[in-house]
Amino acid sequence: MEANVTLPLQKPVARHLPGDLAIWFFIAAELLAFCVFFAAYAFTRAKHVELFNAEQLTLDRNAGALNTILLLTASYFVVRAVQAAEAGLKDKVAPWLAAGFLCGSGFVAVKVTEYADKLGAGITLSTSPFYMFYLSLTFFHFMHVLLGLVILAILWFHARRGNYGPDNATAMNNLHSGASYWHMVDLVWIILFPLVYVLR
Amino acid sequence: MQYKSQAVAKPYFIAAIGLFLGQILFGLIMGLQYVIGDFLFPLIPFNVARMVHTNLLIVWLLFGFMGAAYYMIPEESETELFSPKLALALFWIFLVAGALTIVGYLAVPYATLAELTGNDILETMGREFLEQPLVTKIGIVIVALAFLFNITMTVLKGRKTSITVVLLLGLWGLAIFFLFSFYNPTNLVMDKFYWWWTVHLWVEGVWELILGALLAFVLIKVTGVDREVIEKWLYVIITLSLVTGLIGTGHHYYWIGTPEYWQWWGSVFSALEPIPFFAMTVFAFNMVNRRRREHPNKAATLWALGTGVMAFLGAGVWGFLHTLAPVNYYTHGTQITAAHGHMAFYGAYAMVVLCIISYAMPILRGRAANSNKAQVVEMWSFWLMTIAIVFITLFLTAAGILQVWLQRVSDTPLPFMVVQDKVALFYWMREWTGVVFLIGLVLYIASFFIKGEEKAA
Repeated sequence: MEANVTLPLQKPVARHLPGDLAIWFFIAAELLAFCVFFAAYAFTRAKHVELFNAEQLTLDRNAGALNTILLLTASYFVVRAVQAAEAGLKDKVAPWLAAGFLCGSGFVAVKVTEYADKLGAGITLSTSPFYMFYLSLTFFHFMHVLLGLVILAILWFHARRGNYGPDNATAMNNLHSGASYWHMVDLVWIILFPLVYVLR
Repeated sequence: MQYKSQAVAKPYFIAAIGLFLGQILFGLIMGLQYVIGDFLFPLIPFNVARMVHTNLLIVWLLFGFMGAAYYMIPEESETELFSPKLALALFWIFLVAGALTIVGYLAVPYATLAELTGNDILETMGREFLEQPLVTKIGIVIVALAFLFNITMTVLKGRKTSITVVLLLGLWGLAIFFLFSFYNPTNLVMDKFYWWWTVHLWVEGVWELILGALLAFVLIKVTGVDREVIEKWLYVIITLSLVTGLIGTGHHYYWIGTPEYWQWWGSVFSALEPIPFFAMTVFAFNMVNRRRREHPNKAATLWALGTGVMAFLGAGVWGFLHTLAPVNYYTHGTQITAAHGHMAFYGAYAMVVLCIISYAMPILRGRAANSNKAQVVEMWSFWLMTIAIVFITLFLTAAGILQVWLQRVSDTPLPFMVVQDKVALFYWMREWTGVVFLIGLVLYIASFFIKGEEKAA
């Protein structure tokens, strides 16, 4: 197994995925789903450039930008939670996770007002190709934010009991897995926001 | 056998194999009717043969699932079955009701059967795969509920494992989605829309949970790999199956009158349906490679690996071939669909039931595994049936491509029946391959009767 003792000068670099392999399989599948959707968006936009440009202006870019900040901040807080757990600062983990959860909830609140606005204006999936993609893409992402929040809540629940620390490898594995999932949600939004709200 | 009550699985497994044989015989009859149109007419018309072929498939798989549940649940829950008597009573009720339904299909014209069985009270008949008379449908619901009651009570009083949770979820889902077979709106679009809630959400939704649970159970038993590792993968696989499978229903909503966005939703999500099947294959091979024991039942391991591969090919790859809306525009309802249907059902569901039977049946008969001689015959049957289904699929795919081309893509499209004549060669080859499949099945049944030196359980 560990037979590579002949290269003593080479610094051993710990190159492994944080968290569980299974969650990475899941993340890869999720990213693939979004990729296919993004490609479909680009393909359809190419056929209706003017329609897409016109209807894109009806979206609330400020709300989108605010949501970008909220998600990025949430990810930062989750990073701090993981760092705290790795450093053995067990009582710091739960507050950082709670802060992340709050920012994520802020995203949900902003997004709900956006949806209320669009649905109130009578816009549905059948209104136009642009709105079909806007609603489908953001709603699919929205569901991921909700799942991410559930995961953060579970992590927070365990963190309050002081489960996460360098002394518990299994628990750290779970924390890393959950945090990785949350970063995926964030990453997708960073592509989704410019693509649907801004890019012309 | 660790628990006495697991023995109720045995009649279920035997009935499943018996009905499987019936399904294949009717498959051969209708396969011949494709090329000799009046074969057995008017005794068994094509539509009746087809109905019996597909209905028997569903029923034998249900027998297999129930048998599997009765075998697995006591062992997983570490307790005797809540009521073995109820399980046996349900077996006979289900078998007799199933047999009467088939006799009804064969003995009287379908319209007469509908009149006799009160279809005018609640019109549910006449729809593909849901042809069963009202009384049979009600019977299925009662049997399913009593069955679920029995196994749920067993799980509740015993140990709860991920496998039992996933299995219960799948079986409850099976019962719940069957309820849509009673809903038959007069609007044809709505009718089709909800018809898929039974048909699609069974095979590309909740049945996949049952498949995952059965496969995980057999893999734990034959490989000795840690439960935790297997359970983790089980969760990833079923989550992916549900996400892709549930929204993937949209790939049936392209051309039935539903809103256009289904073409996107259906295409994107159903295109990802191969992923969980691929994960299942990787998972099965991975577990067998990391095995911690050499289980004497080599045949069961072969079926487990075969399920992963064939489900991925049949459900995954052959499904993907025609799932994108622009492709499906030309291919829907052609022999391409038939090709996919044959390999997907065999690979995903027939094989997993044969897998659990292969694992459990020797134990139910008081030995860890069958004799080497019996296993060799069983493995021959595995290869004969599997290779036969691969060729049936390839011939039907060839017929389908030709059909799509001549009938739909061509600048001078030909009428349906003219095209059917032109692809007859492929139907003949499919029929002969079907005979090979039958030989494989007969060998499979024969392997149960081969004696030899056996290892004690």
